[in-house]
Amino acid sequence: MRELIKNPNIDWMGLKRGFIFVSLVLLVLGGVSALVRGFNLGIDFAGGTLVNVKFKDTPPSEDRLRQALGRQGIDPSKIIIQPISDPITGVKNEVLIRLPQREPGQKAGSSGESELDVEKRAILEALSTFNPPSEVATKVDLNMISRDRLRDILLAEDPLRLVSSSGRAAAELEYTRYAEAIIQFRDRDQGGLVRDLADLRAIPGVPTPLLQWLPQRFFAGAAAMISAEIVGPQIGQELRQRAISVTLASLVGMLIYIAFRFEWVYGVAAVVAVFHDVLITLGIFSLVQKEISLNVVAALLTLVGYSVNDTIVIFDRIRENVRLRRREGLVKIINDSINQTLSRTILTSGLTLLAVLSLYLFGGEVLSGFSLALLVGIIVGTYSSFAIASPIMLWWQMWQSQRQARRPVVRPKAAEATPPGRKERRVTASR
Amino acid sequence: MSRKLRNRFLLIGGVTVIALYLLFGPFQLRDASGRITAQAIAANFALSRLEKNLAENIKLGLDLRGGSHLILQVQTDDAVRSITVGNMEKARSILQQAGIKFTNIASPELGRIEVDLEESAQIEDAKARITLDFGPGWTARNEGKRLIFEMRDEEQRDIRERATEQAMRIIEQRINAFGVAEPTIARHGPATGYQILLQLPGVDDPERVKNLIRAESRLELKLVHSGPHPSEEAARQAVGGTVPPDKEILPARERRRDPNAPPVQYYVVEKTPVITGDDLRNAQAVLSQAGGSLYEILFSLRPSGAERFYTATSANIGKNLAIILNDEIKSAPVIRDAIRDEGRIEGDFTKEEAEDLALTLRSGALPARVSYLEERTVGPSLGADSIRQGLAASIAGLAAIVIFMLFYYRLSGVNAVVGLILNLILLLAAMRIVGAVLTLPGIAGVALTIGMAVDANVLIFERIREELRNGKVPASAVALGFERAFTTIFDTNLTTIIAALFLFVFGTGPIRGFAVTLTAGLIANLFTAIFVSRALFAWVLERQGGRPAELSI
Repeated sequence: MRELIKNPNIDWMGLKRGFIFVSLVLLVLGGVSALVRGFNLGIDFAGGTLVNVKFKDTPPSEDRLRQALGRQGIDPSKIIIQPISDPITGVKNEVLIRLPQREPGQKAGSSGESELDVEKRAILEALSTFNPPSEVATKVDLNMISRDRLRDILLAEDPLRLVSSSGRAAAELEYTRYAEAIIQFRDRDQGGLVRDLADLRAIPGVPTPLLQWLPQRFFAGAAAMISAEIVGPQIGQELRQRAISVTLASLVGMLIYIAFRFEWVYGVAAVVAVFHDVLITLGIFSLVQKEISLNVVAALLTLVGYSVNDTIVIFDRIRENVRLRRREGLVKIINDSINQTLSRTILTSGLTLLAVLSLYLFGGEVLSGFSLALLVGIIVGTYSSFAIASPIMLWWQMWQSQRQARRPVVRPKAAEATPPGRKERRVTASR
Repeated sequence: MSRKLRNRFLLIGGVTVIALYLLFGPFQLRDASGRITAQAIAANFALSRLEKNLAENIKLGLDLRGGSHLILQVQTDDAVRSITVGNMEKARSILQQAGIKFTNIASPELGRIEVDLEESAQIEDAKARITLDFGPGWTARNEGKRLIFEMRDEEQRDIRERATEQAMRIIEQRINAFGVAEPTIARHGPATGYQILLQLPGVDDPERVKNLIRAESRLELKLVHSGPHPSEEAARQAVGGTVPPDKEILPARERRRDPNAPPVQYYVVEKTPVITGDDLRNAQAVLSQAGGSLYEILFSLRPSGAERFYTATSANIGKNLAIILNDEIKSAPVIRDAIRDEGRIEGDFTKEEAEDLALTLRSGALPARVSYLEERTVGPSLGADSIRQGLAASIAGLAAIVIFMLFYYRLSGVNAVVGLILNLILLLAAMRIVGAVLTLPGIAGVALTIGMAVDANVLIFERIREELRNGKVPASAVALGFERAFTTIFDTNLTTIIAALFLFVFGTGPIRGFAVTLTAGLIANLFTAIFVSRALFAWVLERQGGRPAELSI
């Protein structure tokens, strides 16, 4: 039998003041940071435009990008540029460009339909300045074009004379197929952008003359926009409120479930611990100014469910031990329960942490916030199950038994807090 | 093997085979000529075939396969406003017809109409007449000489709801006409938000879709040359076999009194419209003059169109005038009088139909304008990158856990690994059954599920070890371990499922994908960790004669 820890015998409850102190420090630090520096809200919540641009080679320097965007009338101080690298290959040719939500005054009221994507267009404009002007003036950038537009251009120019030979409908069908194949080749085989039109020499299903004709009308631009997200202010506002209310609702859900399966005390203690985990995780996000996206909120909600697990495992053991060992004091029972489940707690948290760590390392940019939240949350959640949930439970029970002790009821003398057995529950209920 | 155990393994095997078939099926037993051959069966197991089937069975979300995601806001105020204005005009004409004098009639805000009468003696009469027309959706009260009508909240909600539903229908038609594969068009956000979610896989140019939605519908009023004809051919015969250059044939799908008439009829109409939607000032549904519960549409024209309309109608009294929306005739009423700036479209419209038609007449096709709240486009190359990274992360996590479990629990670790892999298969099969899509956060959910699934095993194994330490023999240690760990596993999985439910309620698209994946994984986990793992233990114990002295754990 390989063992992590042999017969742990730690006086956890003796450390409770220290634990509470550590948690308070973390909570205060996070709270102060949240008040002073606030949160780095992603565009999901703050609104704005976020564009992922892939360059053929090393992206232009931040300054050059900023200047190019500035020339499109975007305030350079408000542009956030973040280079990203592929976590597996290590290639660094992508850049995230984020622009904040426009000031309300700049928004033309009624024409809101077309307004949403002005920034996106400005970025496209700015990116085209990294191409040779002679090309831009006369040709179309194949890396920035959609399938439909490619089809339209092919149909209009008709390089294969299909319209005259087989009619418009047939020609449209053919060109649609070719456009589809060319764009597929660009997106799937070339990873989103064509380096050189010469690479297009052989695409299955596309006639060679068409491929040879392409350079007359197209060029392979320096960059491609591989994703674009635009979120208006209203959505962000709604989402923020919903994120908070759903998180609170899920806490209430936990409370009710645990109270139903255990007792109110257990539920309250577990939920306070989880709330503590969520707050500390949020605090750390504020401290390191990591962006809070929709995915991060998803991670926090998952955390609510996950972090309660460790607490339940310990509480389950406490409940079992309370039934088995009525004579013993609650402090001893809690300590033993934590010790008995300690190797499990460390093992599972460690293993889940491994899974989440690999997500953090290899999961790419989109998942980095998500996995960071889980990473922090799992550590804090494990800690809080014995450092917060168990002491709260203990205090509550002690407070309860003191209240009862003050009442003129004849009870057996207890040196320590009475274990919460069926008997006590009946007393509580009859009160 | 005991019978009980054999039955368990049969069940586990059956579930596994079904799950695998759900993922890699359907299999074809017959070859091209329709015979069942060994080759045809073997061909099912070609790697490329399995891959293709898997790709078809597990649907990928927009973030992985690329596409556009739009959230639209229906400006339902538009619909409420036009009904309010329409009713204000109706009130005006009711008072005029009844000869009740008023000094002012106005709508200071949405859903509120104020009428100032000259004499307070007529106020009850006016109130009764207008209330009768407005229907139960409005409240009426008077303050001195002023009559105040207010739209009830429920009525407003109804109107907004209907405008949103109608907008959704119209957008759906247009998107379908556009030829997007598997579009999602659904209500989004809170019920009173009037938002529409549009997910268009494979669409890399949302601009085009937005143009399509924005497109106004064309209203045209054209003089009818002949019709209705039961078929297009009959219509062509009516003009001598070939359609003259100044005429055209258009289909009509109007409601008719005669239920035996064909569903689609055809009219020959003048090609040049008398007036178009641009000439329209307003249109509203009013109770039919013929009485009963039928409605008709009252429309008014701008001065520019009014002149042309007058000339055309005065010269063509007794003929039909086709009211055409997007090249489809909505109705073809008879011109009774010369009309200058106001007209009626008669037909047996219900209140709803008349109001909807009036709405579309007023605003083109959409009953209210739409604005865009959110627009996300993911290119297929980014999706492919995400799949690669997500898979790499999951495999790395899985590998680390497998290695650890084998090292730490030795032979029992194999038991856990079997459970883990089965868990993954069941999870994916469950997603196939509920038709859930796999998203990038969903892949993260898979990775997380691996971590949680192993938790159940760890709980059980640690418990078994504890019992062994307490001096129990392996057989009873295993039995006790499973028994005691069960409630804990049940509780921990259930709390996480509760959290996942809230996640599902909260999120859209990728996040819902995550919630579904997580839930499916946790349910599968209950089966694998408790049932499968236990059967495996029982088998190991039985092979060693039921009472082995040691257990590799």
